[in-house]
Amino acid sequence: MRFVFKRSYDDDIKLFKHRQQAGYYVLLLVLMMALPWLVDDFFLGEATNVLILAIAGMGLMLLTGQTGQVSLGHAAFMALGCYLNVILMQRGVPFIISLPLAGIITGIVGAIIAMPILRLHGIYLAIGTLAISVLSEDIIVISKKWTGGVIGLVAEPINIFGLDIDRYGTPILFYFLVLFVTLFVLLIFRNILRAPLGRAFAAIRDSEVSAQALGVNVTKTKITAFALSCGIVGLAGGLLGHFAGAFNHETFNLVLSIQLLLMIVIGGLGSIHGAFFGAVIVGFLPQLIAISRDGISSIFNLGSLPLPGIETASFAFILVIFIMFEPRGIYGVWIKIRTYFELFPFYRKNMFKRQKSYLKTERMK
Amino acid sequence: MDILQLLISGLANGCVYGLIALGFVLIYKATEAVNFAQGDFMMFGAFITIWLTNADYMGINFYLAVPLAILIMGILGYLLDMLVIRRMFGQPQIAVVILTIAIGFILRFIAGVIWGHEPHLLETPFAGKELKIGSLVLGFEEIAIIIVTLLLTLFLFLFFRKAKLGQAMQAASQNQLAAYYVGIPVKKVQSLIWALAGVVAAVAGALFASKGAIDPSTGLLGIKAFAAAVIGGFGSLPGALIGGLIIGVVEPFAAYYLPAGYSQVAPYAIMLLVLILRPAGLFSQMQNKKV
Repeated sequence: MRFVFKRSYDDDIKLFKHRQQAGYYVLLLVLMMALPWLVDDFFLGEATNVLILAIAGMGLMLLTGQTGQVSLGHAAFMALGCYLNVILMQRGVPFIISLPLAGIITGIVGAIIAMPILRLHGIYLAIGTLAISVLSEDIIVISKKWTGGVIGLVAEPINIFGLDIDRYGTPILFYFLVLFVTLFVLLIFRNILRAPLGRAFAAIRDSEVSAQALGVNVTKTKITAFALSCGIVGLAGGLLGHFAGAFNHETFNLVLSIQLLLMIVIGGLGSIHGAFFGAVIVGFLPQLIAISRDGISSIFNLGSLPLPGIETASFAFILVIFIMFEPRGIYGVWIKIRTYFELFPFYRKNMFKRQKSYLKTERMK
Repeated sequence: MDILQLLISGLANGCVYGLIALGFVLIYKATEAVNFAQGDFMMFGAFITIWLTNADYMGINFYLAVPLAILIMGILGYLLDMLVIRRMFGQPQIAVVILTIAIGFILRFIAGVIWGHEPHLLETPFAGKELKIGSLVLGFEEIAIIIVTLLLTLFLFLFFRKAKLGQAMQAASQNQLAAYYVGIPVKKVQSLIWALAGVVAAVAGALFASKGAIDPSTGLLGIKAFAAAVIGGFGSLPGALIGGLIIGVVEPFAAYYLPAGYSQVAPYAIMLLVLILRPAGLFSQMQNKKV
């Protein structure tokens, strides 16, 4: 059991709670830096994919986990970031400028869209963003001149200061590029949470009325959250474009939007860890299913079982289990295990019991 | 005459959207949650009806099979609430939203495993029969869809207005705690509403499958039904139907008059417009509390 004495507000918002914690994260970073030499190219590609998903997850987490606004349309903003980045690069803008620019423009577009959309609450917001996701697919097909329509676009290889970075040619460099962006986003995310803005986000998530009473400009803060979230997701989209190589309207369909949301819920809403845990699950689940399917069919001698949609279905099943039994996601499980060992042998079963609550209609004001 | 023909087929389509939207509205009205799997419920109901009716499978008489399918879906709905969704009791709505999205994925997968991914058509006794009025040709299915939908909407509307159970359902949604105080078994009432949503889904499924082929991904139609429910004003039963009809009628006309690619956008564009200009929908259910 460790007691962290906080003597001032600065102590409360320190980046790391105590020195040992900082040590763990440095260790993790070293491990991530050494990863290319520990595993083969295939696994490294998967790890890159997980990091890209984690960036997108952090983007959505900022909106859903921290500010409490649910979006089912973030694949649309991923698409926007991806197409902007590639279109800019085709016009001769170097990657080092085009990617941040794509993120910034996506954020601005997000803010513009947020203005009318964020007047909606809860369910309506989810449905409104759902509509945006559906519309974006059609818009990509219609604006053929820019997006290549159904055929899609091909991402050119990246060149930074004479260094060629390509997903297949130089996977290690691409991995480091993604890792760098991940760290960058992570740092921004963590610092937003420590700043007044992040506190305002949390206030809105927990109660809009009390946030307003405390002097938080609810509309403005929500729009900021949406814009930031879209910007981060746009960055992830830009990287995903390079990761996939070629992409079209189907790369960023509604299923991706939903998957992003489900991902952060499985990971654990409201924590940065959650975005990463969820990304690991989503990233490695297909491989896991393929392996276990081969295993099962070799035991029962079934041959190859064609089961389309089993990936989403098992993902959904895991999600149902989590929502029913551990709504805090994988991060919640982790916290419980940690507490168990920290308090050993004084852990009680009801320590994390949810408070009983009753719903009221939102149709009466 | 062309226009009239388009209108009728649009109305029939709209009725199916309306029926799915009714399912959304039912659950929203009574539990304050939104069932994102309602479209997949409909798909499942359709497959069960097909499974019971079609000669390839069970081959039961159509008029016996449909009530049976409705019963099965009702039971499924009840069980689903009892076993899964009830655990979400009192949790924020969004938990149920995410849960039902996941359930939709699972239903789609199960249907794909059992019945495969080829399109299926329901064998109805009135298949292929037509009613000719002048140069207007009406399929029997289309007429059946419109009549059944109207009757069902009327029934549900009256149910919520007059019946004691319907009132109890509304009370349970407005304030769960207060509903407990006045002696409403809130959880049981919620299970019943899920059963009712299953019943409506089965009806919608049977009607849809008699008109067009169905496959596991048909459930995605639910998104269009969302548009319908939002246009009508979430929480209003007649609104859901009218929203469905608007979407259903706009679609064929958009496909007819607009260039390809733009027509699919129309329903969602209308919905976004309604959301932005009149967030509570055409038939607003928002009320100001009297103090």
